[in-house]
Amino acid sequence: MTSSLLLGITTFTYLLATLCFVYIFVFKAYRAYFFAITVTILALVIQTTGIGLRWYESYAMGIGHAPLTNMYESVVFFSWTIALLYLLMEWKFRTRILGLFALPFAFLAMAYASFSTGISKEISPLIPALQSNWLIAHVITCFVGYAAFTVAAGLGLMFLLKISKGGEKKKGGSQLLAAIPEPDIIEDLIYKSMLFGFIWLTAGIITGAVWANSAWGTYWSWDPKETWSLITWFIYAITLHSRYTRGWTGKPLAWLAILGFFSVIFTYYGVNFFLSGLHSYGSG
Amino acid sequence: MKLTNEIWGFFASVRLAIFTLCSLALTSIIGTVIPQNKPDSWYVETYGPATAQFFQVLDIPDMYGSWWFLILLGLLCANLIICSIDRFPTTWRLMTINQLAVHPDRLQGMDLRQEWSLPSPVGESAGQLSAALAKAGWKPASREIETGTLLFAGKGGWSRIGVYVVHISILVIFVGAIIGNILGFKGTVMLPEGESTTRIFAFNSSEPIDLGFEILCDSFTVDYYPNGMPKEYASVLTVRENGKEILKQTIEVNQPLTYRGITFYQSSYQAYKDFIVSIVIAPEKIGKVFTIPYQQEMEWPEQNIRFGVVNAEGMGDRVTRIKIWMKHGEQPASTFWVENGKDAAIPSADKTIAVSAKQMFATGLQVAKDPGVWLVYLGCCLMLIGLYVSFFVSHQRLWLLLRPDKGGTGTSILLAGASNKNQTGFARSFTRLADRLRG
Ligand code: HEM
Repeated sequence: MTSSLLLGITTFTYLLATLCFVYIFVFKAYRAYFFAITVTILALVIQTTGIGLRWYESYAMGIGHAPLTNMYESVVFFSWTIALLYLLMEWKFRTRILGLFALPFAFLAMAYASFSTGISKEISPLIPALQSNWLIAHVITCFVGYAAFTVAAGLGLMFLLKISKGGEKKKGGSQLLAAIPEPDIIEDLIYKSMLFGFIWLTAGIITGAVWANSAWGTYWSWDPKETWSLITWFIYAITLHSRYTRGWTGKPLAWLAILGFFSVIFTYYGVNFFLSGLHSYGSG
Repeated sequence: MKLTNEIWGFFASVRLAIFTLCSLALTSIIGTVIPQNKPDSWYVETYGPATAQFFQVLDIPDMYGSWWFLILLGLLCANLIICSIDRFPTTWRLMTINQLAVHPDRLQGMDLRQEWSLPSPVGESAGQLSAALAKAGWKPASREIETGTLLFAGKGGWSRIGVYVVHISILVIFVGAIIGNILGFKGTVMLPEGESTTRIFAFNSSEPIDLGFEILCDSFTVDYYPNGMPKEYASVLTVRENGKEILKQTIEVNQPLTYRGITFYQSSYQAYKDFIVSIVIAPEKIGKVFTIPYQQEMEWPEQNIRFGVVNAEGMGDRVTRIKIWMKHGEQPASTFWVENGKDAAIPSADKTIAVSAKQMFATGLQVAKDPGVWLVYLGCCLMLIGLYVSFFVSHQRLWLLLRPDKGGTGTSILLAGASNKNQTGFARSFTRLADRLRG
């Protein structure tokens, strides 16, 4: 049993969970809901074991470190936080259909990590600058934030779908969309996930700055990745304020959630490929 | 007067905040696409003279320190300050207002309401309900009004300060950054083993900066992973003042040394083709350390020893084994290998000569003085606390209006509640509390 095998199985289990939710949505088979949730929990358990095993394997190789240090490991962790956050939200808010909009992201992240040829899965030793507990704090806080923004974007899509084709006006909307909660409930959830994500992103930027300061004496150097994380932060700050002036609720909020998500993905992923900077180790 | 009001209103508005934040977000992109702080000639070569000229005017090569970017940041600060001054009095009133002065009719209009009645008279009911509220974690105050008794209990009123803490934390961070910029410096120095310096070189200008003390690199070591990647590197540094040793410390990446507010970070290193050879003669235990270039003969005349490094083996610029040639007095010359950093004991006549050799390095130090960093960290803490409070702590208010019921012997009760955020969550706990109070 190796960690890559477990993480490979995880990929397919997320796919299965996603398909369960598609089935529930299309056939209104709400009785399958508990099955879908069980599959999701199973995927999360397998994934957690896989991550733990990878951690153990790195120690067995004599270069032990938390599995949070290269592109492969971070994408796996991203997927893990999305699934975990989704389950917590489901537990708290019982939307019953959010899985359809959140789990595809967990699956896509895992599929990308597992099958992309551009990603090395090797456990590699850490260069000295990365050997810091601040690194772990930085990665965890950032990715909890990213996961919350991903869920917010999924909810944004859900919202736009609900209000499309008169879903809002004709009470209940078209047959298919009836499974989606009312727009104001979704909107509340979008806002809540954004607030949650904003705190974690803020903590992520701060832990990154503290780490940079302890490694080379500069807490902020305007390197492209730092700058893009700040741009993302500005976008969500704008979103938080927009409702105090334009009353931008509903549709604009949903679009801002999606725009913010693109900024997150660019910060996390695009910067490594299109721009150069301190974080270039992330592309390995 | 009207104009000043308008200007004030403009600077206090959230509209301006959105405009400034959008401008900052959009313009920040420029500096991630156009590389920053390159030499002027680089921009001319890359973008052509006309574009480079245009960049020069707009300070694009250093856009995050450019006049227009600083103006945007200044605008953000002005906006934050004026907005806070503008709104704080209202917030303060909401926090300190006497909630018992509320008109009973307003309670009837609240979204969260429950009504029931108790058989006991008003005074007795008030006592019971106060006790029940206190048990549930609410501390009620009461007031007699014409029609009966009013109880009020509030929680988290202070949380209304949260937003101000967030906004002020941004100002604190800016002040910290400005102090660091004016009173601090950033520089580097490359210090060969065994050498010392009293000055370092500023990052951007390469101007020398006086430290006010002397820093010496005693030694430098690198550890490697099996695959040859550097695992950790470390320097032993000594701080000297007026020739006196003050402090000796080993620094590693992520573990700097600080003296008199100046911090030395291990940032890089450079390998030399020179060697550090140390020779100790036993039994007298006389020793000396030499720095010698590759394949050059060296002499220690007092002990009549001549030696040199004749060969070195390694990968890349990393040396693993060193071959030494040595001649002691009239003894025949010997050549032998030592591992980098280890020693070899060579018997020679009635003495033993211990020779150790290691490749010589220079340690690359990043040097920073930043007296503002503590304010920046304080601002960061305030921001996290402020965000938590403004998102997750709400100002919750409960009123209980007790009036004699129609029969005159019992009490009719109105429970009303309001919260400034998380309405759904509060509605749930309101219902739970009401159930408890009704018994
Ligand atoms: C990057 C800068 C800023 C950050 C991170 C920030 C953060 C926040 C946060 C977290 C909230 C609470 C939002 C909520 O609970 O929904 C808030 C509210 C607010 N902000 Fe900002 N803010 C910033 C800049 C500004 C500026 C420049 C202004 C100037 C007008 C401003 C005015 C306000 C106002 C009026 C509120 C509503 C306060 C209330 O609840 O009464 N903000 N801000």
